[in-house]
Amino acid sequence: MSILIDADTRVIVQGITGAQGTFHTEQALAYGTKVVGGVTPGKGGTQHLGLPVFDTVAEAAEATGATATGIYVPPPFAADAVLEAADAGLELAVCITEGIPVLDMVRVKRALQGSGMRMIGPNTAGIITPGSCKIGIMPGHIHMPGKVGIASKSGTLTYEAVEQTTKAGLGQSTCVGIGGDPVNGSPFIDILELFLADPGTEAIIMIGEIGGSFEEEAAAFIRRSRIKKPMAGFIAGATAPPGKRMGHAGAIISGGAGTAEGKKEAMRSAGIAVADSLTNIGATLVNLLLGRLPPTRSARPRRRAG
Amino acid sequence: MNLHEYQAKALLARYGVPVPKGVVVLAANDIHRVVSEVGGPVWVVKAQIHAGGRGKGGGVKIAKNPNDAAKAAHDILGMTLVTHQTGPKGKEVHRVYIEQGANIARELYFSILLDRATSRVTLMGSTEGGMDIEEVAAKMPDKIVRVSIDPVTGMQPYHARKMAFALGLKGSELKTGVPLMMAAYKTYMECDASLVEINPMCVTNEGNVVALDAKIVIDDNALFRQQEIAGMRDETEENHAELRAQRASINYVKLDGDIGCLVNGAGLAMATMDLIKHSGGEPANFLDVGGGAPKERVVEAFNIILEDPNVKGILVNIFAGINRCDIIAEGVVAATKEVQMKVPLVVRLEGTNVEEGRRILSNSKLSIIAADGLADAAEKIVSAVRSAA
Repeated sequence: MSILIDADTRVIVQGITGAQGTFHTEQALAYGTKVVGGVTPGKGGTQHLGLPVFDTVAEAAEATGATATGIYVPPPFAADAVLEAADAGLELAVCITEGIPVLDMVRVKRALQGSGMRMIGPNTAGIITPGSCKIGIMPGHIHMPGKVGIASKSGTLTYEAVEQTTKAGLGQSTCVGIGGDPVNGSPFIDILELFLADPGTEAIIMIGEIGGSFEEEAAAFIRRSRIKKPMAGFIAGATAPPGKRMGHAGAIISGGAGTAEGKKEAMRSAGIAVADSLTNIGATLVNLLLGRLPPTRSARPRRRAG
Repeated sequence: MNLHEYQAKALLARYGVPVPKGVVVLAANDIHRVVSEVGGPVWVVKAQIHAGGRGKGGGVKIAKNPNDAAKAAHDILGMTLVTHQTGPKGKEVHRVYIEQGANIARELYFSILLDRATSRVTLMGSTEGGMDIEEVAAKMPDKIVRVSIDPVTGMQPYHARKMAFALGLKGSELKTGVPLMMAAYKTYMECDASLVEINPMCVTNEGNVVALDAKIVIDDNALFRQQEIAGMRDETEENHAELRAQRASINYVKLDGDIGCLVNGAGLAMATMDLIKHSGGEPANFLDVGGGAPKERVVEAFNIILEDPNVKGILVNIFAGINRCDIIAEGVVAATKEVQMKVPLVVRLEGTNVEEGRRILSNSKLSIIAADGLADAAEKIVSAVRSAA
């Protein structure tokens, strides 16, 4: 089991004829993803990588039965591409593009309220359900089908967690990059909700970083949630100086808010086992699963009297 | 991207925000002409640097006659201004803004920014003008008023009235205060700002509302469609190495430690800094070499790291997804030869084409310390830097 995408998901690629779109479509096809077509306005009717290319998302969806799209168009056109996908009635848009103006995303976010489409990203490595479907730029071979759901703001940190959970023999149900921008389609809460409801996801890893409050909101959500699953977390940026943007547009501590320590504390108070270093994210989860960790407050199993 | 106060005020004025009359001076021999052009009876002379706290640092002077105004401008132009935001070395002042003084009755705070929790543009106001808003938030959080703007409608006059009444504007003050806030919002939206801050927003004795100081930050991601504003960039305000990195599509932030890091991915770059600290070292920088990095970019990244005289060792940490370990390895080898590396270098490679990458490093016969995993990499660089010291 998995969330969002599986072996039957039919995927189109917006920007399929560009360099990025081409490379990652080849990779996705090689991984076994059901990529069924692509969209590049003006190139409709042609073929690319053996797939039909359409002028509009609506035509592509109609002709191929696709429900999901991977978006690789340059930043000036990305908001338009997302809105076009929603208008065409797709269920899922994964926007890989980095560098979208934040006011574009403010408008997109509002426009998607009440629409039937979920957006993941932008500025994300994408989503992968190991062995089944990959929409994004992550290296497929490090993954292993399994039981850990991973939600993360960072591509490369997800790879680390994937490698560690693969080596530990746990594997992954689905890995979702929510992206590193200040405004995104789906914050941590949305993904955690899906993981908690997914019977194939037995444990969860959440990887955050400085800036904003998605991690704190997710922690509050986990604390309130009636469904509990073992959960480990990691936050990057403890040594980042305040007021400086650390690569990702959203990774900035401003006005004393969004610090690594504040996020770690929020996670701990929700019963999430926080790894103290990126080298032991997997080990932290394994210890938690084996009951070797000093249990945190809400993760501690109730002990019956007597 | 940060703008100077005078640039921010010029933009705001273009959209209809009332600002005091003022002219910027770049060269000392323009000072007399500008002082008389601005006219009195009161002149305010302000250092233009990208840092707050200018007043306390001696970068803002008030003059009641043209001679004093000119003298103040001469004193400030070229001075090294130290404020709580510049760091102990301070910043040299290359531009001075000379403007007319206002008759201040009350000072308010008004800003427009992105509220990340709601994903909406938000107005923020406070009656405590002139204070840092962080300080107000910490000491008197109930003094801060917020009004959230739905992107469907944009800012409406009632949003501005709500803010104006909360800030205690009344009578004729509303007639200038409400349009000022509407114009500031228009500036924010049309210039792709991520912050417009008017502090203080002042009510004059005559009952007008005026922007006495202004700060604008522009969303870097939107500069492609803000060509005119992109041209306002003052590169002298920015760290030399950070600028050089930007030109090479590298994300670099200088820090104070002695272990340089070269990493792919912003998250991994941050976590690598944390790991160095966790292992007892101090990171010298944040550096994300980016996805699909060619050899030349890797070489440039080494050059930028080694420009920092504090660097006593370098940790390369790559988990290649779109990147390829063999290309990174070629870059490492080329850079090591080109820059004549004199500091210890620890390399950890993982991911796409890792075997080929490791082979290139070991065949190079260079003194590169290969690491077996992340923890090992961090320990090796920390101990190498320690034993070299």
